[in-house]
Amino acid sequence: MASKAAGKATGGTGRFTQDEQRRDSDHVSFLKHRRFRWLWIALGLCGASIAGYLLIDQEPRPNGGSWYGYTLGTIGFALILWLSLLGVRKRKINPGVWSLKAWTSAHVYLGLSLIVIGTLHTGFQIGWNVHTLAYVLMLLVIFTGIYGVWVYATLPQSLSANRKEMTRKQMLEALTAIDRQLESAAQPLGRAEADLVIEALGQDIFAGGPLARLTGSYPGCATARALKSIGGGSEAGARVTALLEKRSEQLAQIRGQLRIRAMLEIWLFIHIPLTIALIAALTAHVISVFFYW
Amino acid sequence: MAFLIRTIDFTAAGRELVRDRMVDQASLTIGRAAENDIHLPDLAVEQNHVRLDLAADGTLVAAALGTLGFGLDGRVVTEGSIDPRTGGEIALGAARLAVARESDGNISITIRQVTPDEGKGDALRGFALASVLPSKRAMSWIFAGAIILLLLLVPVGSHLLRAPVKNDPEGKTPGQVVMDAAWSTGDLSLRHHSLEDNCESCHVNAFESVQDETCVSCHKDTADHASMPRQAKGMPALSTGDALQWNIAQSLGKEGPLGCVSCHSEHEGKVRQEPSSEAFCSDCHDNLDSRLTDTKLADAHDFGKAHPQFRPIFYASFGAAKPVRASLDSKPVERSGLKFPHDVHMDARGGAARMAVSLPRYGNPLECKDCHSLNADKIGFKEVKMEDACESCHSLVSGRTASGFSKLRHGDIKDLAEDLSRISTGPRATPASTRTRPGQFGRGGAYAADFGRPVRAYIGLSNALSAGGICTECHIPTRKAGQADLIPVNLPDRFLTSGFFSHDAHKKEECTDCHAADKSKVATDLLIPDLKSCRDCHLGATAVKTKKIVPSSCAMCHSYHVPSGQWSPKGPEPHYQPAAPPPVKTRVAAIAERARK
Repeated sequence: MASKAAGKATGGTGRFTQDEQRRDSDHVSFLKHRRFRWLWIALGLCGASIAGYLLIDQEPRPNGGSWYGYTLGTIGFALILWLSLLGVRKRKINPGVWSLKAWTSAHVYLGLSLIVIGTLHTGFQIGWNVHTLAYVLMLLVIFTGIYGVWVYATLPQSLSANRKEMTRKQMLEALTAIDRQLESAAQPLGRAEADLVIEALGQDIFAGGPLARLTGSYPGCATARALKSIGGGSEAGARVTALLEKRSEQLAQIRGQLRIRAMLEIWLFIHIPLTIALIAALTAHVISVFFYW
Repeated sequence: MAFLIRTIDFTAAGRELVRDRMVDQASLTIGRAAENDIHLPDLAVEQNHVRLDLAADGTLVAAALGTLGFGLDGRVVTEGSIDPRTGGEIALGAARLAVARESDGNISITIRQVTPDEGKGDALRGFALASVLPSKRAMSWIFAGAIILLLLLVPVGSHLLRAPVKNDPEGKTPGQVVMDAAWSTGDLSLRHHSLEDNCESCHVNAFESVQDETCVSCHKDTADHASMPRQAKGMPALSTGDALQWNIAQSLGKEGPLGCVSCHSEHEGKVRQEPSSEAFCSDCHDNLDSRLTDTKLADAHDFGKAHPQFRPIFYASFGAAKPVRASLDSKPVERSGLKFPHDVHMDARGGAARMAVSLPRYGNPLECKDCHSLNADKIGFKEVKMEDACESCHSLVSGRTASGFSKLRHGDIKDLAEDLSRISTGPRATPASTRTRPGQFGRGGAYAADFGRPVRAYIGLSNALSAGGICTECHIPTRKAGQADLIPVNLPDRFLTSGFFSHDAHKKEECTDCHAADKSKVATDLLIPDLKSCRDCHLGATAVKTKKIVPSSCAMCHSYHVPSGQWSPKGPEPHYQPAAPPPVKTRVAAIAERARK
């Protein structure tokens, strides 16, 4: 019986085994997809490109316009167009051989291989021109992509830790609850202090630009300002201060959430527009090269 | 201690209704059932939902009575405590119970109904970074649009709309195509640098590679290496890969492998164009005779291993109209028409040396440079002029004149005849003084006058021109149309005309290291050094560079378009520069090449 179970676990073609394998694979990262299949393919592509580059002795110096340069350029161009189609593919739900995971795995590894292919295509000739612009844009897109993979691998844990079993909605509700109490607790306060409370309550929870979100530094925070100015001398003052502290803590959690999310999302705001810019620059690059052939 | 329970409701008209009641007990229950202390008629609330107990330390402990939790300060809990001094809020269904301590010590619980959600769904969007950044789509359009407009549409548009003008290699007019500088793949070579902002001067038509006729429109003087059909015939067959490449390239309008740009690649940086590698030459010149069966050129592929003997041009017979070209192996005899034993003049202890030492102009025994001076191109030498080089010793002074000495003019026999006849007829100048007495040529005086045939002059001329005469010290006498004459001097300007030899690059050597002039007894010796003597130092491009051996590619001495020197349209640019060392091949490429062999 035990041997039978072991046989099932290690192999076999039964429905159960297949389902198990599928379920297992559902939990495999896209990076490790099919035992790094696309990593090996990308490494092979890079190795072949480098070997070809070294074997060909281009006179007077390596050049994107040699036959090998054109070959690398065509491969790179096709790869870039295909990689940019991930955005289309992920919006299309179609189960099949080309799962989204496989596609993403290929996207990451083939995208990385472009560093080698693109660099060899330049022949290490860099200048202030549309050709280098396309190259630099490509590198920026790749590096933001690397950052994206890295944050997707590391940040969700801290995002989850920061939530402390609260949903985003609950975080906002908690703040609203504190705000309602603050409003009634602040009734005995004088004008100046009441204004500070009004300001703190009136400030948008999400006030602060992208930089404040990324750094977690909010110098214009009205709650912090009110907390600093309202003394705990009177009973009402002490109560408001205690509530402001609670508000501040709640805000800190929300802002922590904002910070991690900003770090998770920021790269796409560079990755996507620069990809489109890259395709535009590539178009200009290819047309200009043959326009002035 | 008592609880003040304050219920705030709103009438249909929106008016606030506040009802207060005091409950004097230590704990409260909250739920939907009517028996609770606080009764909340809300289906989302349990019959008995929460119990509030006042703890000994003054805090209020809230605990769920069933399994369903309740909201405490926005968090869903089943148990929690509230410090009435700071307060807290319990959420049950749509009701919000605010707990606070009154000034009289009682705990107030204010119950208020909230409209569900209060638009929180939208508020959640604020968590996304997109709420504080411009949309990705907008950024994409802006970036892509700017690139396409500035780097593609503007140059293409201005190229299509321009009125083509004549080529302007001087770069005096700016380029007409706007913003195409961003298209340049690299700086132009030094010679073409003035065209840097004028792309359309070479890239004339859109999507057409640079054409030979465009190059030739400026480089009118540049000769073809050989006629195109002969070059095509002399080329070895292309490899399959090259043939395929050229087929594709030519079908797309590129000039063939003999086009200008196939060798002169541009945009390789602001550098001098490199001389071609030896392989480039030997591609055709190795086994050239197997393809061009009628060629007079000998095969060559490596200066150290396979290079034909030099074939200088020289005059092989006295007074020949044209020079001939012959290999140094055939021991050529030069008949320049001069008598000039180099050894006599170069012997540091001989008479010529003594004479030179005594003359202030030399002061030392004669050296080569006393007679031979380099041209500006540092390849050939200036013509040796008798008046400058020889006359200090081989004087032609014929007498004294009022202003100094008279001398026979050199170069033309007619001049010589005139000068000689003047010696014979004119009064001799008074050696002591140039002043004459008054009345010396008085009326009725007797004068010496010779109205006869100038016999003495004929004799003088005949003496000068015949063997032993003054002219034949250097010249060879002959007769022309029955008259005594001299054989004209024939010396070519350059001996080696299909290559160039920089004397400047060899100035550390002694002349006699290569030219055996000091041992040459007669002028018929052709003192051009042979191939073997060059190979003492110069071997092919693949030779290993040592202190003595200089790896020498073809381009060190040969130019493709102008065999006798490097093409230079103007200016003092040196015609020759030492060739750059062969490009350093990558190690792998070198191994692969070895493997191919």
